Amino acid sequence: MELKKMKGDKSSALVVGAGIAGMQSALLLAEMGRRVFLLEQGPAIGGYFPLLDKTFPTNSCGVCFMSPTPPAFCPIYECHLHDNIELLPYSEVKKVQGTEGDFRVSIVRKPRCVDPQRCTLCEACIKVCPVEVEREFGGGLEKRKAIYLPFPQAIPHSLVIDPKTCTRCGECVKVCAPGAIDLDMKEEEEEIGAGAILLGFGFEPFWAQKKGEYGFGRHENVLTSIQFERLISTSSPTQGFPVRISDGKKMERIAFIQCVGSRDPSCGQDHCSTICCMYATKQAMIAKERAPQLNVTFFYMDIRPMGKDYERYYERAKAEYGIEYIRSAISSVKELQQTKNLLITYVKEDGTFEEREFDSVILSLGFTPPQGIQDLAKGMGLRLNRQGFCETDEFSPGHTSVKGIFVGGAFRGPRDIPETVVEGSSAAASAASFLHPNSGSLPKREYPAEGALADEIPKIGVFVCHCGGELKETLSIAELVEKTKQLGEVCHVEEMGLACLPEDLNQIKMKIGEHGINRIVMAGCSHREIRKTMEEMARGIGFNPYLIEYANIREQCAFVHRDHPELATEKAMALIRMAVERAKWIQPIRKGSHKVEKQGLVIGGGAAGMTASLRLAEQGYEVYLIEKGKELGGNLRDSFYTLKGSDPQSFLKDLIQKVKNQSSIHPYFETEITGFEKTNGQYKTKIRHPGGEESLDHGALILATGGKEVTPREYLYGEDSRVITQRQLEKMIHLKDEGLKEIRSAVMIQCVGSRDEEHPYCSRICCGHAVKNALKLKEQDPAVQVYILYRDVRTYGFYETYYHEARGKGVIFIRFDPEKKPKVTLENGAIRVSVFDPAMGSEVSLSADRLVLSAGIEPHDNRDLARLFGVDLNPDGFFMEANPKSAPLDSVDRGKFFCGLCHSPNTIEDSISQGNAAAARTGALLSGGEVEEKPYLAYVIKRLCCGCGLCVAVCPYGARVLNEEEVKAEVQEALCQGCGNCVVACRNAASQQRNFEKGLNLNVLNAAID
Amino acid sequence: MSEFEPRIVAFLCHWCTYTGADLAGTTRQQYPPNIRVIHLMCSGAVDSIYVLKALIDGADGVLIGGCHPGDCHYQTGNYKARRRVAILKGILTQMGFTEDRILLKWISASEGKLFADTVTKMTDDLRKMGPNPMKQLWNA
Repeated sequence: MELKKMKGDKSSALVVGAGIAGMQSALLLAEMGRRVFLLEQGPAIGGYFPLLDKTFPTNSCGVCFMSPTPPAFCPIYECHLHDNIELLPYSEVKKVQGTEGDFRVSIVRKPRCVDPQRCTLCEACIKVCPVEVEREFGGGLEKRKAIYLPFPQAIPHSLVIDPKTCTRCGECVKVCAPGAIDLDMKEEEEEIGAGAILLGFGFEPFWAQKKGEYGFGRHENVLTSIQFERLISTSSPTQGFPVRISDGKKMERIAFIQCVGSRDPSCGQDHCSTICCMYATKQAMIAKERAPQLNVTFFYMDIRPMGKDYERYYERAKAEYGIEYIRSAISSVKELQQTKNLLITYVKEDGTFEEREFDSVILSLGFTPPQGIQDLAKGMGLRLNRQGFCETDEFSPGHTSVKGIFVGGAFRGPRDIPETVVEGSSAAASAASFLHPNSGSLPKREYPAEGALADEIPKIGVFVCHCGGELKETLSIAELVEKTKQLGEVCHVEEMGLACLPEDLNQIKMKIGEHGINRIVMAGCSHREIRKTMEEMARGIGFNPYLIEYANIREQCAFVHRDHPELATEKAMALIRMAVERAKWIQPIRKGSHKVEKQGLVIGGGAAGMTASLRLAEQGYEVYLIEKGKELGGNLRDSFYTLKGSDPQSFLKDLIQKVKNQSSIHPYFETEITGFEKTNGQYKTKIRHPGGEESLDHGALILATGGKEVTPREYLYGEDSRVITQRQLEKMIHLKDEGLKEIRSAVMIQCVGSRDEEHPYCSRICCGHAVKNALKLKEQDPAVQVYILYRDVRTYGFYETYYHEARGKGVIFIRFDPEKKPKVTLENGAIRVSVFDPAMGSEVSLSADRLVLSAGIEPHDNRDLARLFGVDLNPDGFFMEANPKSAPLDSVDRGKFFCGLCHSPNTIEDSISQGNAAAARTGALLSGGEVEEKPYLAYVIKRLCCGCGLCVAVCPYGARVLNEEEVKAEVQEALCQGCGNCVVACRNAASQQRNFEKGLNLNVLNAAID
Repeated sequence: MSEFEPRIVAFLCHWCTYTGADLAGTTRQQYPPNIRVIHLMCSGAVDSIYVLKALIDGADGVLIGGCHPGDCHYQTGNYKARRRVAILKGILTQMGFTEDRILLKWISASEGKLFADTVTKMTDDLRKMGPNPMKQLWNA
């Protein structure tokens, strides 16, 4: 083993685990100017993300949708491309030494036996490899060789050899043209220095064999949800069409069994895995889209779609997709010998048994902590909870029990992608506050100055790469070279073997100098493969990287037209001709940058707003904190204890003190917003407060306007003082109110102002709230009868254990259907609640000394604010995010964020995470004090512009404004994302896009048709 | 007519369909070499004039590839493309083309096979449809 010199220092951060949370943390810290090491134990980064073809609740594409700045771009590629991030794939942490702020981490880099720099993915080695094993990706449904690509989009985009199965026969070495394979590659040890460590270990699916009664591993047609996810992915061998494993016949009747390895103390898993209801529903919907005849049945205990817009999704699954949900307990799963169908016996809610036959059964696997994490955790000194996930304090969710080590995502417990993204961001914010502000910001890399090229006559150099001979199997490279020489303005044509390697890159550099080349056409692989390499080479010699064109004669020609070599060569020639045509017209692009004010404006002084303000201030920014009331605290002022037993009031006191102590936070009370202007990324907000009017300049906006408890309009609320809300009960308990003594019997009704017509969403926290208060009542007097009338008990994650506890302590849970809501009447002055109990099959009548309504959460009326700031509201009145998965807290416009209850119903813990995360996003934006423009900006040819404003109307980013004086359109370069939609909208061709000008595109089109 | 090989011009968006076309290559999905791809940032940036000019100049078919509804990386570009194509089809009929010469297809970055299938089917359909009538006009 070789030991290398230590990389990184106190100012850098080490992120362990490159799944969704880890990538998010790494990207944000990198954007804040930190040096980041991103370590991943597997051969490719991305975690479970690449497995997901579609994500809920939008059923949109999952492969490419995450980014620190919308428009979204694949996080996997961004981590790969970011200058400040060093990827350490296929590595493991061996030992952590040192202390907070100054860690030294020994890591082991496992030998991949393939040099990613040299591997061209020609796959010649795969053809000759004699070893075939199950492919891990997708749960072993497919086969792979001992040398393999983990999945098609893998980064690093290179093959890897699996040491466990490789027989070292050496066949692959013989056929590898670029000499990328080295079977004798050794393990290497490295040391990383870091001020902070961020953990994104993620989760592992429950091991399905542990629930032997469901027959996984014995019955062929019992699949895990991981396998089914793969099966219905469009990139699966069946292109997403669901077929049976035993015989390949199409699936017709399938069953999902929920809670396999969740809510089940018998297999050591007493927590709810939170997302299985949703992912299984998604899988069912996608499967039905692929095969509309499919019948899908769910066997479940409670259905738990608690996230933003999830309830609607579930309702759609039932109403539009006809998916059947049966509340039941599974008694047995038997395989029928002839058909290999599965016979499920189950007990329904009313205690009756039924049997049904299915041709496949899918087990919705719960989450467990990653295997083998205990030792590593112990070595770091981390405290894990009873379930083996990372323990954190409720009010500082990004912090582990070890100072300087932070955590986000599913390693804290099961959670969905939006929460994971939020927490990855939140951990980044906490780490950024911990690392000294702005110390160790990386200097930008210096490059030689570029020559002035704009007015020069194009001299085009074309380099045709045959990819180590691979392309020669289909294309006549010699013919391409000869014909290219005849094209106008081409001054040099050359064949290359492997243009991505230093040898050939040097050759290109030499030729640029020799022939005075000022435009390059690279014919070979897709620009997506080689762009980074080429641009780096170009910058190194002062050649503008936007003067390189790419002709994709590999992925989009040689690889896909193998049976037609002549026609393929003809097409390749056309692609080169088109690229040369483009090269004639393109201009160098020098991306400008725009100053952003280093101040943040936070609206709302509740838990989320104060947290966001603190994190921003700790990162070194000035913060204006606007509160409409007279004091800070928001809803937190009415919270007295949490389900997990923490004290919100002492947290609140502490938080307010910290805000007051922060000299860079400027709070404004009794303040309203009167105006808002933006110019090119600079914001100006006008406010009015008792002291007068002010105008504040800022570079980012965080909306944390909070929400409120729904005021119930049923069940005698407001008519009888004994009918109260959970919040009122909480206050009574906290104040030890005299009225408590009267309570011998309390009835709680769930979903008051949730999951109904007026509020068609789940308020997420009310089930936990009810359990919390029920336990408190029982704690004070075990003889008190507590009934909870519910529709589904949604005590997700570790809250499930408290639900369990409440049942154990004699709290009685009675389910009701929304069609048969409980009836509340007054009988001789006493409150009586009658409800139909499906388990008993009859009406029950309960007397209630107090009737406690679990009122839902609704946002304040934010319509005026939304209009003023130009952000959107969803149909429920919450602020609407740019993308529920990738940018859960971002507005479509750059620099505007949401957090807390104005975003969605949340626990205090979630609000704090969101506040942290919003601050991280803001910090990433404001760091450096300027925003860099996108390369392919729109521009306006003023003399052609008639000021009609069509481009202003089509721009999705508000990057177009009409100059009223000149009556001409203008582009706000800091906001333009370069989509080119405005170019099409313009009727005068006044609106153009750099290097995608209308005329340019038409010339390329000519070249395509010739 | 059996020897007729149609020429297809395709405008693919940067984020979804172009990447999907690359994936078709990485996974070696075979399709006919009749297509010439022009890369744009967004399907909403495909001007009607590009489509009309392609057909007037003799392309036999035009394929526009964008992100699935709701997936546009620029929020709404694909919806704009959809409206534009609906209008274009009306114009095509007036010009004497059959409207099937334009195909708008949502293909995501993970749908390499769908891209290959789309091109294969479109090529077959165009073979049956025969050459662009404009070609004869020019030849006359």
